[in-house]
Amino acid sequence: MSPRVRTVSYLVFLALALAAPYLVPAIRTQMSFLWIMIIFALTWDILGGQMGYNSFGNVLFFGVGMYTCALVQHHAGLGYYPGLFVGMAAGAAMAVAFAAVLGWGILGLRGHYFAIGTLGLGIAAAEFAGGWDYLGAGSGMVTPLYPGVVGARETFFYYLSFAVAVATFITLRRIYRGRFRLAINAIRDDEDKAEAMGLHTTLYKTVAWGISAFFLGLIGPVAGNLIGFIDPRDVAFASSSYGVWMLLMAILGGKGTLWGPVIGAVVFHITQELFWTYLLGWQRVALGLLIMLIVVFFPMGIMGWVRERWPERFGQRVDEGTK
Amino acid sequence: MTPILQVEHLHKAFGGVIANRDVSLRVPEGKIVGLIGPNGSGKTTLFNSIVGLYPIDDGSVRFQGREISRLRVPKIARLGLLRTFQQTRIYGGMDCMQNMEISTAHARPTLRGMFGDVPAAVSERAEELLQFVGLYAKRHLRAGDLSFGQQKLLEFAMALMNEPKLLLLDEPTAGINPTLIKGLVDRLRRANEEMGISLLIIEHNMGVIMDLAEYLYCLAHGELLAEGKPEAIRDDQRVIDAYLGAH
Repeated sequence: MSPRVRTVSYLVFLALALAAPYLVPAIRTQMSFLWIMIIFALTWDILGGQMGYNSFGNVLFFGVGMYTCALVQHHAGLGYYPGLFVGMAAGAAMAVAFAAVLGWGILGLRGHYFAIGTLGLGIAAAEFAGGWDYLGAGSGMVTPLYPGVVGARETFFYYLSFAVAVATFITLRRIYRGRFRLAINAIRDDEDKAEAMGLHTTLYKTVAWGISAFFLGLIGPVAGNLIGFIDPRDVAFASSSYGVWMLLMAILGGKGTLWGPVIGAVVFHITQELFWTYLLGWQRVALGLLIMLIVVFFPMGIMGWVRERWPERFGQRVDEGTK
Repeated sequence: MTPILQVEHLHKAFGGVIANRDVSLRVPEGKIVGLIGPNGSGKTTLFNSIVGLYPIDDGSVRFQGREISRLRVPKIARLGLLRTFQQTRIYGGMDCMQNMEISTAHARPTLRGMFGDVPAAVSERAEELLQFVGLYAKRHLRAGDLSFGQQKLLEFAMALMNEPKLLLLDEPTAGINPTLIKGLVDRLRRANEEMGISLLIIEHNMGVIMDLAEYLYCLAHGELLAEGKPEAIRDDQRVIDAYLGAH
């Protein structure tokens, strides 16, 4: 794709995304969730795809951000918008702090051990939040009422989730262009070798998880306010839904690519919404089947399959001649 | 002059199995030293102990006069003591250029160093070194798709990219066809002479190591069996016995 075609397609996409709430106002909430899903997949892929650390615990950062923001909104005594934005910033900061502390202990685990180690995170956090009265314990928390007119709320949160998704994408696009991606790819391919070459592996791993946590901590508050009710097990620390979907979407689209997780999230979310609409009662069964099909037929994901098929389009070629 | 690497009375056991007993060796600055011995004699264990992968039980390892036996692997690597692996290790999912570009010597990364682009000078150097080992044409291929011999060459080039002071090579010619071996030996010598890298080489190919090394150490059953100039080692009855299983 030439740079001009690329710019034009980005602009068309941007215009469509901005106009969407007015084109199809009935599905604003579902579209907001589409952006949230894209953020899920993109942030999961930083570790899971690019660095080879399959995390089942990323949902922790989502929930931490959500609760932190709700606390700020309720207790800081700011107005609605300042409260929300300060809360989002606090949520992101808290999520990064969690990533830094947990990373210190857990990122030393390799391979399957890391996956299992993180599996407990979301579950433990859900139990913890579900038993802590300050956070409303099992009955959860209600977010403040949106002050605008009826219908304005959905539009507002659509644009907010869209903004966070775009920020996530642009940030990752930037850091995947340079040395950071090479470093975390090296860790994925052979961490012992990377250490033997003197790479600061612990630092890179922790920073990678921190970036992932930052954007999850930023979108958690948006999702919480969009839903309006924070349940510890089913919304904030929803390991068995969001926690699993994160990696499914990334795998479906193609781990370790920039566009893969985006494509995976779109395909997954649309399919899921269709199941809920047309297969009500069977939607979980259909979703389970879809997950199995994904793992069996697309182990490399959509982008991974494309890359295997046309490697030269991804710059892999023999280049004769000398320097 | 202090040798660049000095190992003294190194002792390493795994439970009841003694892998290295009272091993001492030295690599003078700018020289090529060989380490030979039958399979299972403790050569690779010694490498792993030197580079900090295994904590040693007793003895000392000094690099440029500095005690390094308590330091961890990446820290030692950053001091300029690098090793290659017997089972060649490269970053299989990345192309050759990327393998090279991430193999530069690592200072503590700044924000810019972490998130910035690969500097043009680094890419330039990566191309030069790929040219040096004969992989320039394959620089945009996935390293994992290269043949075993080519991966060995890539690993060697990656090590050079890091600009080490001392390079420990674990069987650099194993699995490489005889024609390529000649070229590799030539490149090892050039790395030593032109880039000033001292080399400590484990090698089973006697022709190669006798030709390259100025001094040889021979291990058997974890102990130092003999040391000396290549000619002396070649005629040493104990070394011959060890290789033939008489020891």
